[in-house]
Amino acid sequence: MEHYHMNLTLKVWRQKNSQASGNFDTHSVKNISSEMSFLEMFDVLNEQLIESGKEPIAFDHDCREGICGACSMYIDGQPHGPWQKNTTCQLHMRAFKDGDTIVVEPWRSKAFPVIKDLVVDRGAFDRIIQAGGYISVNTGNAVDANALPIDKKKADDAFDAASCIGCGACVATCKNGSAMLFVSAKVSQLALLPQGEPERQSRVLNMVAQMDKEGFGNCTNTYACEAECPKGISVANIARMNREYLGASLGSED
Amino acid sequence: MTWKQLFTSSLGKKFTMAFTGFFLILFLIVHVTINACIFLNDGGQTYNTVAHFMSHNWIVRFLEIGLFAGLILHIIQGLVLWKQNRDARPIKYYSNKPEKNSTWYSRSMGLLGTLLLLFLVMHLSHFYVGTKVALYGGDQPHNLYNEMRETFSYWWIVAAYIIGVIALFWHLMHGFQSAFQSLGLNHKRYRPIIQAAGLGYTVIICVLFILMPLAFYFNWLA
Repeated sequence: MEHYHMNLTLKVWRQKNSQASGNFDTHSVKNISSEMSFLEMFDVLNEQLIESGKEPIAFDHDCREGICGACSMYIDGQPHGPWQKNTTCQLHMRAFKDGDTIVVEPWRSKAFPVIKDLVVDRGAFDRIIQAGGYISVNTGNAVDANALPIDKKKADDAFDAASCIGCGACVATCKNGSAMLFVSAKVSQLALLPQGEPERQSRVLNMVAQMDKEGFGNCTNTYACEAECPKGISVANIARMNREYLGASLGSED
Repeated sequence: MTWKQLFTSSLGKKFTMAFTGFFLILFLIVHVTINACIFLNDGGQTYNTVAHFMSHNWIVRFLEIGLFAGLILHIIQGLVLWKQNRDARPIKYYSNKPEKNSTWYSRSMGLLGTLLLLFLVMHLSHFYVGTKVALYGGDQPHNLYNEMRETFSYWWIVAAYIIGVIALFWHLMHGFQSAFQSLGLNHKRYRPIIQAAGLGYTVIICVLFILMPLAFYFNWLA
């Protein structure tokens, strides 16, 4: 792949804290390598800001290998930028060309308040998980891994659902700010396996109730979430959650 | 889990939209089939007979209440969803490219629905009100076929009906398959069938409906 250098203009959202109103700041960065990641480019920009005595831009990042889901940036109108099935840390600067202006915004959702600059509070996801994203396991010796037969297809589907990294891109891109792809992945992952059976009904009811409480919007099946999900989580999971919820709400006596 | 919780939850609202949507999809089949009788080219004889049956049979009259209830529920629920979904993102994006990840009509169901509602007000005032007045107040047998011919002799009414059916086309293009997904009916093997059936249904319904005002306006019928 051709290696080149570029000069860029960045339009970045700056916001002091959750109460402040915030605005866009324009910065320019020079001589950026096409082999850098987007976050490395931000590191260069922050070095530049620190050297000139300015406040560096706050952004979330952790593993920088595409598996933690921390790097939430809405880049040029898409979560995690223009590449498909990709996180911001895995977005490389070869996605851009010399002279480009790039707009970077935080996730926009009532349920994800901005803490500072590009950092949002995704605690709403944690509270949804606390509401039902668990299984009960007896104490004592660990059960032998192969003691419980599980259909291969179901194991694979559960694994696919479990690959959700909780980054929030689904909420960020959804025109309704709906969290259904995330919640359905977490519901599916456990509903497909025998270990999830004891809490199967209460799980889906409680997680959906918590999701509604957090102020997320409602799904209208545009499937933007699936298209933008860095892990390619399928909307078939949303259909599964709908089935689980319909069954649980009609059948449960609680 | 109370019934209220079920119907007011985010998923409950999806179920309501899907169930009432399915009901309206079935209604359109009946509607288009009966109206297509005008194409028998018998001067509206068959069509008027069926229309008379539909406006006088008590089972049909009873189902009509259900139709209006379903329609109103679909509209109210749609408006509630529209407001809640708008409130879920108080600050909009400065730069957004939704065309990269979804179709324009799947994102415009509220707008298309509003167009359809406006169309319905006009449509009911054209034909439904007249039928009811004839049913309860008129002593002459009501000739709905002639009423259609009269209404569709004006080009602007024909144009308004074409716009209405185009809105219906895109609303159904998303709504048909969306209703299955909302009720959890998403299956690898059946999904392509549902999508093909949705496309076939939408095209057939809309082409037939659009041909009706055109047929009268251009005098294709006896």
